[in-house]
Amino acid sequence: MHQTKTYKFYFLGLLVLLLLLFFINISLGSVTIPFKNTLATILGNNSSNQSWSYIIWNYRIPKAITAILVGGSLALSGLLMQTLFRNPLAGPFVLGISSGSSLGVALLIMGTGLFSSIFSFNIFNNISLIIASSLGSFLVLLAVLSIATKVKDTMSLLIIGLMFGSITGAVVSVLSYFSSAEKLKQYTYWSFGSLGDLSWYQLALLSIIICIGIALSIMSIKPLNAFLLGENYAQSVGVKIKKSRLIIIIATGLLAGSITAFAGPIAFIGLAVPHLTRQIFNTTDHKTLVPAVLLYGALLMLLCDTIAQFPGSDSVLPINAITSIVGAPVVIWLLIRKRKMVF
Amino acid sequence: MSLKVKNLSIGYKSKKQETVIAKNISFSLNKGEITAIVGINGIGKSTLLRTIANIQPKLSGSILIKNKELSNYTPLDLATKISLVLTESIATKNLTVAELIALGRQPYTNWLGTLTDTDKAKTKEAIELVEISDLQDKRCFELSDGQLQRVMIARALAQDTQIILLDEPTSHLDLYHKVQILKLLKNIAHKTNKTILFTTHEIAIAIQLCDKICILNTEESFFDSPCNIIEQHHFEKLFPTDTIQFDTGTASFKVT
Repeated sequence: MHQTKTYKFYFLGLLVLLLLLFFINISLGSVTIPFKNTLATILGNNSSNQSWSYIIWNYRIPKAITAILVGGSLALSGLLMQTLFRNPLAGPFVLGISSGSSLGVALLIMGTGLFSSIFSFNIFNNISLIIASSLGSFLVLLAVLSIATKVKDTMSLLIIGLMFGSITGAVVSVLSYFSSAEKLKQYTYWSFGSLGDLSWYQLALLSIIICIGIALSIMSIKPLNAFLLGENYAQSVGVKIKKSRLIIIIATGLLAGSITAFAGPIAFIGLAVPHLTRQIFNTTDHKTLVPAVLLYGALLMLLCDTIAQFPGSDSVLPINAITSIVGAPVVIWLLIRKRKMVF
Repeated sequence: MSLKVKNLSIGYKSKKQETVIAKNISFSLNKGEITAIVGINGIGKSTLLRTIANIQPKLSGSILIKNKELSNYTPLDLATKISLVLTESIATKNLTVAELIALGRQPYTNWLGTLTDTDKAKTKEAIELVEISDLQDKRCFELSDGQLQRVMIARALAQDTQIILLDEPTSHLDLYHKVQILKLLKNIAHKTNKTILFTTHEIAIAIQLCDKICILNTEESFFDSPCNIIEQHHFEKLFPTDTIQFDTGTASFKVT
């Protein structure tokens, strides 16, 4: 509590780093644009190359903003789940959100292949993928929510979420088994995750949903702190357990669900960032942790995206692979260094 | 009178049936008194505490807190009347002692949980009363069982409630620390005029330290001062007499 003042410098430092990385991220890509010209374009100087300006405004900046939104929201939902489930290994997808959206997308891509005579028109565009993914995760979340209101024990909720994941995973496997190589490839591409396909309009929609998710999380800061004691203690200091739990689950659903819908399933950010944040911010108070994971997640995701662009090359690596390659060693390193994962 | 329990039945309710663990429990606790609940394993001591704390529903009877029925309290209202120290360990031991104790102020803080000067003063007061000033910046996983128990008591004190319920506050502790914790509780009750109710298996210590004792039985409970309970020979019925007998002269149990 008396440490809040020193954290201001950390926040400032992270913010500066984020801005810096934002500009670096924008200045890199398959088309080489000098850093000077990138800055000039962003600052509204139109004298530079027209196609450069087009690339920056319609491709690179939306992608960098997507990376910030994705990183921040996944990290925040990871923090929410770790506190709610009192489990350092919980992430944004423990409630089956990503498996739900995988199922939605798998049904769209591979399921329609089985009934190709009915769906003769081409529906595999961006929008239909987003709708299928949202529907899938929304339905799974609805199922989990209806159970959450009945089950008193949070641990069984965690297991129910995992079981939903297993069921949807099995259905996806069955679908994959029966679908053509082309469809399978299409599905696999979706599961790689992608930050680059969002228009400004879609970005605005995503931002609105995420803002609601963040607002719900901020409302839950006090109950989240109480949950650190366990549910019985939380109740004894006046927390309405079921209501608070529901708000936290809805916030996670909005944050992780919308991200998965727009950018595909992105691994490890939600799990690793809260732990990394606790290395810098030596506190358990969610009043500090919530903004900290938002910043840290955005930062790490921008970094991963910069790496994925593979500076000086035309190819873009799958973002989901990069986050796992960066994330998994971090978790291992934390375990070795600290001997145990605390939350 | 701060807590009054009348003809209470406790146990578990499911859709199909009711499992009664103990019934006909009646007692009333005054301010500034420390009371122990004793009874054999599984008789429902913890269940009784959890029922009074509104963690689980009662089966029948009444629980009155400041002359108002327990079920009429909102969670937030109740949080300013009753504080708890449970046997379950806290969810994360990564909390510092100061952070943990400050969480006891939640019923009084604003929507973000910001601590006011009053909250800080109450926290400090609790820390000083339990004498753990030197532990403030430690994390809970660095503490011994005895230290952690004192910290949890401090958290309950910081919550500033009339009633404090403790579930087996002395388990896992050696004889010295058992007596130390119970003496601390007695001091708190007498000094701050709080009502303290705890469950224990340390009957010998409870007889010496407590103002009142409640013996829990399946059919009937007995509630009185330790001396009266000894005179009325209630301790004799606590355990099967072919194994353990109560010696009224020394107020202690003997193996037969």
